[in-house]
Amino acid sequence: MKIVVCIKQVPDTKGGVKFNPDGTLDRGAMLAIMNPDDKAGLEAALRLKDEYGAEVTVVTMGLPKAEEVLREAMAMGADKGILVTDRVLGGADTWATSTTIAGAIRNLEYDLIITGRQAIDGDTAQVGPQISEHLDIPVISYAQNIKVEGDSVIVERQYEDRYHVVKAKMPCLITALSELNEPRYMTPGGIFDAYQKELTVWGRADLKDVDDSNIGLKGSPTKIAKASDKVRKGAGEKVTLDPDESVSYIVDKLKVKHVI
Amino acid sequence: MDFTLSKEHEMARTLFKDFAEKEAKPLAQEIDENHRFPRETVDKMAKLGFLGIPVPKEYGGQGCDPLTYAMCVEELSKVCGTTGVIVSAHTSLCCDPIQTYGTEEQKQKYLIPLAKGEKLGAFGLTEPGAGTDAQGQQTKAVLDGEEWVLNGSKCFITNGKEADVYVIFAITGTVEKRGRVSKEISAFIVEKGTPGFTFGTKENKMGICGSSTYELIFTDCRIPKDNLLGQKGKGFNIAMHTLDGGRIGIAAQALGLAEGALETTINYVKERKQFGRAIGAFQNTQFQLADMATKVEAAKMLVYKAAMKKAEYAKNPKISYSVEAAMAKLYAAEVAMEVTTKAVQLHGGYGYIREYDVERMMRDAKITEIYEGTSEVQRMVISGSLLK
Repeated sequence: MKIVVCIKQVPDTKGGVKFNPDGTLDRGAMLAIMNPDDKAGLEAALRLKDEYGAEVTVVTMGLPKAEEVLREAMAMGADKGILVTDRVLGGADTWATSTTIAGAIRNLEYDLIITGRQAIDGDTAQVGPQISEHLDIPVISYAQNIKVEGDSVIVERQYEDRYHVVKAKMPCLITALSELNEPRYMTPGGIFDAYQKELTVWGRADLKDVDDSNIGLKGSPTKIAKASDKVRKGAGEKVTLDPDESVSYIVDKLKVKHVI
Repeated sequence: MDFTLSKEHEMARTLFKDFAEKEAKPLAQEIDENHRFPRETVDKMAKLGFLGIPVPKEYGGQGCDPLTYAMCVEELSKVCGTTGVIVSAHTSLCCDPIQTYGTEEQKQKYLIPLAKGEKLGAFGLTEPGAGTDAQGQQTKAVLDGEEWVLNGSKCFITNGKEADVYVIFAITGTVEKRGRVSKEISAFIVEKGTPGFTFGTKENKMGICGSSTYELIFTDCRIPKDNLLGQKGKGFNIAMHTLDGGRIGIAAQALGLAEGALETTINYVKERKQFGRAIGAFQNTQFQLADMATKVEAAKMLVYKAAMKKAEYAKNPKISYSVEAAMAKLYAAEVAMEVTTKAVQLHGGYGYIREYDVERMMRDAKITEIYEGTSEVQRMVISGSLLK
């Protein structure tokens, strides 16, 4: 089985988001990490590799610095890494990104493509399903469990209050949730091996069946008018009371605030 | 001269830091309080190859350099001195001598499971009457047919009861050199469970309380003749060479403890308010932190340099890293003690309370000035090289 995992290097938003004066993300001021949903997708692929045997190829689009997440993925156990990087691909929105990634994947043989549900910097959850559209293969999003049965995958697709068990014939695309699993650690020896492995670097010219009008900033229909950090809520008030007392306590509070 | 770490080393640090924060830190206070060996952490480290970092891949290790290993001990010790010393004693004091002096059969039988973390290692040199004076050994080994018979005891043994494989030193005769008769010491590999090998007192220590420190007792303990490690009579050299490497591990532990205390204190002084201001706003606090950080950085340079010198030795055994290791251990241990003590002081009354990590870090730091050669021994090694 051949599995392609799409990963993204994102700024770690745990410590809050930092912006440049022009409203764009100040990526330099924030630690760069592998997007958590993508890491869960990678772990899912590595588990399928452990269980059924598979070749896992990780693909990322980004600045040359994004090599770091490919090396990390290889230190965790991925077999190959492909970095798609080119100035003309910069400033891409989800449409241009998915077009580019699909153009890269067209060069590869695959049974299964796994992406994270969404990246913590953009939070759109669009790129994975869009890639499947470009490649004309089925997609199962929000996967919380993945099994392989013959030439099909059986996936638990998460909803707010339930999950559906969905079966799809491969090749297909799955978008993974970070709740899917606990990603493995790298190993010390794996890190040094990962840096010995050759990394494939592709530019615009290597993308297959991609039109210039669909890549980079120019090929991005999305225009961001303004971006700002979310307003953080205060710590709130914590009280420990029995159920009856808590109800009266809350009702009193709401009355004081003229909510009721 | 390049002070920049390679990308591989940077990523390895990220791994060790991540593991330490998620796996070792949450247990640090509890294992200290209950004097409990953190077996679950050791099992996790075994799976990830942390117990064989500098061991070649053909012997089940990770094939990394001594610097990567030192960084692992450093990052673990930042959050838990106990976890740091478990890895250090296992790797430096048991894997290393078997890798360096063992026969191919010994490496196959012992080094591979040790490096894979399937077995844990320990080292027995110290005796009640033989600490700094390693020649004061009383434990004896006598060859009887195809077996060595061991009698005697070892004390203060790290990983004591939890280990499976022990490198043990014993007297195998006497040698006469320039008219002076001295003891001939040899090294042996002893397995847990060998009849006649039992455990004595569990030491109740000031710090590194989760580490299992025991007395080992040998009563007519018979081990195969082939378990002699290195040449007969070369035990003293093996012990001294092993401790040279061990000192890099302990220096890394000391460095980690100092860094951990410094980081904890920096966070604390930003939050703790007195006289209406964070105590970090007072110049006394700032100057104390500046001194602590400078000393920590100097210690780090010495520790990393010693580790890199050991890597050179791996390529060319004529190179000695003994003095570098002694300097690193001496300085890092003293910095650990000073920085953790200042960290407690800057925490005020809270620093004296068990719930605050710096209290444990200060107790953990003290041993780094004592074990694997006291600070005084390090000064002897360093001055000896100056005046030879």
